[in-house]
Amino acid sequence: MTSTREPAVSASLSADGQEPIAVVRVHVPKRTLHSELRAIKIVWRRELIRFKNDRMRIVTSLVQPFLFLFVLGGGLQQLASAGTHGVDLKTFIYPGILCMTVMFTAMFSAASIVWDREFGFLREMMVAPVRRSSIVIGKCLGGATVAAFQGVIVLAIAGLVHVPYNPGLIFGALGLQLLLAFAITAFGLSVAIRIKQMQSFMGVMQMIVMPMYFISGAMFPASGLPTWLTVLNRIDPLAYAVDPMRRLVFDHLNISPVARHVLDPGITWWGWRMPAVLEAAVILLLGLALLGVAIWEFSSTE
Amino acid sequence: MTRKLNGMGDTAGPAIRVDNLKKQFGDFEAVKGVSFEVGAAEVFGFLGPNGAGKSTTINMLCTLLKPTSGAAQVAGHDVVTERDDVRRNIGLVFQDPTLDGYLTAEQNLKLHAELYGVPNDLVKPRMEQVLRMVGLLDRRDGQVMMFSGGMRRRLEIARGLMHSPRVLFLDEPTIGLDPQTRRSIWTYIRELQEREEITIFMTTHYMDEAEWCDRIAIMDKGEIVALDTPQTLKAGVGADRVTIETDDNDAAIAAIQRHFNIEARISEGNVSFGVEGGEQFVPRLFQELDVPILGVSVSRPTLDDVFMSFTGSTIRDAEEDPSKHRNRVMMQMMGGGARR
Repeated sequence: MTSTREPAVSASLSADGQEPIAVVRVHVPKRTLHSELRAIKIVWRRELIRFKNDRMRIVTSLVQPFLFLFVLGGGLQQLASAGTHGVDLKTFIYPGILCMTVMFTAMFSAASIVWDREFGFLREMMVAPVRRSSIVIGKCLGGATVAAFQGVIVLAIAGLVHVPYNPGLIFGALGLQLLLAFAITAFGLSVAIRIKQMQSFMGVMQMIVMPMYFISGAMFPASGLPTWLTVLNRIDPLAYAVDPMRRLVFDHLNISPVARHVLDPGITWWGWRMPAVLEAAVILLLGLALLGVAIWEFSSTE
Repeated sequence: MTRKLNGMGDTAGPAIRVDNLKKQFGDFEAVKGVSFEVGAAEVFGFLGPNGAGKSTTINMLCTLLKPTSGAAQVAGHDVVTERDDVRRNIGLVFQDPTLDGYLTAEQNLKLHAELYGVPNDLVKPRMEQVLRMVGLLDRRDGQVMMFSGGMRRRLEIARGLMHSPRVLFLDEPTIGLDPQTRRSIWTYIRELQEREEITIFMTTHYMDEAEWCDRIAIMDKGEIVALDTPQTLKAGVGADRVTIETDDNDAAIAAIQRHFNIEARISEGNVSFGVEGGEQFVPRLFQELDVPILGVSVSRPTLDDVFMSFTGSTIRDAEEDPSKHRNRVMMQMMGGGARR
């Protein structure tokens, strides 16, 4: 039954029977690079809008870094003062906290894909005529942006832990945070895409992220450790984010060379100290590889 | 037709063409080779009990599920080989909500428009139009989380229309809504079909809603058992339906067979049968039947009767244990329904 009706009148009554509704016809063009970029942008923006609307999340994801910094750092200071050569323990762990903040926020951002699945919204994105990779890239950039924003808040309190507000330090730290947030979001996404339930995701993350964080050297200098811990430290990707961050902060501190040497030994491979740029490159490459994994996984589901 | 074409698909042919479409989940055949066509600007209803294969069929048509065999074209494009072209030309309203509750109504629509590549200058006017059509213009800045079930469904319909699709798929658009909201959803659907000359393909398992469709297909156990206009289907059943309440249904069925040579059957606990001129028949029934009658009702044929005459059971009887079946299908879709 192919009924050939008259074309719709361009104006008719609205649902409330009052004003006429003009019909706006839309022509959806074929997929292009431009349309993919639009998709990436809107997925990215959605992450930001949701973050902005969720004040609880802004606050709760800052609790842990502050707890570590002021409670643990402040408390252990009394024990550690002999070994830190006059440097406040809070100052020492501050670079690690800068990394920690973006880590946890990025993890939560990646978790949103599990929420989206649970609440059905993922389906809306899956059926859109865009590449799956655009959705993953948008999500990843969104997560990185949100995490870096949290990082800025922690950067803002530098003065409280005797770290100077130096432009080079702030922009450098921000850049490292963005990089780390990107890599962690990509990692989180590659895990989240496979997981259907929020509880499982959180469990898996706790299992992976906490050990990674502790081993990274965020809370202690990465030298003179037992061999097994040194080995774990050198293969922990997070160590390559914590080390340049610490080096950056310590470059701007006015402390004795001895203290610097003890507290900031750097990551060494058979006595050779890795340059910060190389360490950052490790994080970048890892992030890109994980993004690739996430895209591949996402494209091959459903 | 002066209609501007969307993409390369031709408007001349049918909006949907399905040829021997099959879907198998493990050893369970959910859709057993269905064939049908849906014309342009038609409101086509897909009816049947839960687990009849309606959602599976709709999922194959909107490229979410790969058919085991057979072929289907939507808006002139093959659902397997031209998946993107199909997607650009269809709107989808799922059974389960797929809105982002944290965003406002407008943000949800905007997101959709961006994902579908609606030209920038048209996003705003189109958004206004669809919001007005579903009566949500004044709630555009409201967070969707705060919306009622009916409002959400209306917003989903509006969203499905954002990119001017040629075919709008509605999977149980009225499920879980109160009768009044259901009615208003239907009013919107009919209005929008007229205004946008869009083809609407919808599933429902509410028989009374099928009356709103131009044509309906009745699906049962993975097969289409009837396909026609609601009027023709009802006329085919012909007789009025008489339902009587007795103490002894079996005796009543036997007696009706004996006295009037009419085959009655039990539906929903009462004895029911079809007969010409139902009102005139009732006095005879009381006179001649030796089984006490506690209550009686006569009704014109409804689509329920149509369903019954084709499948031998009412929709509700056919759904005796819908949860079991449905869960099974869902599990299979989640586990085994993987596609690229």
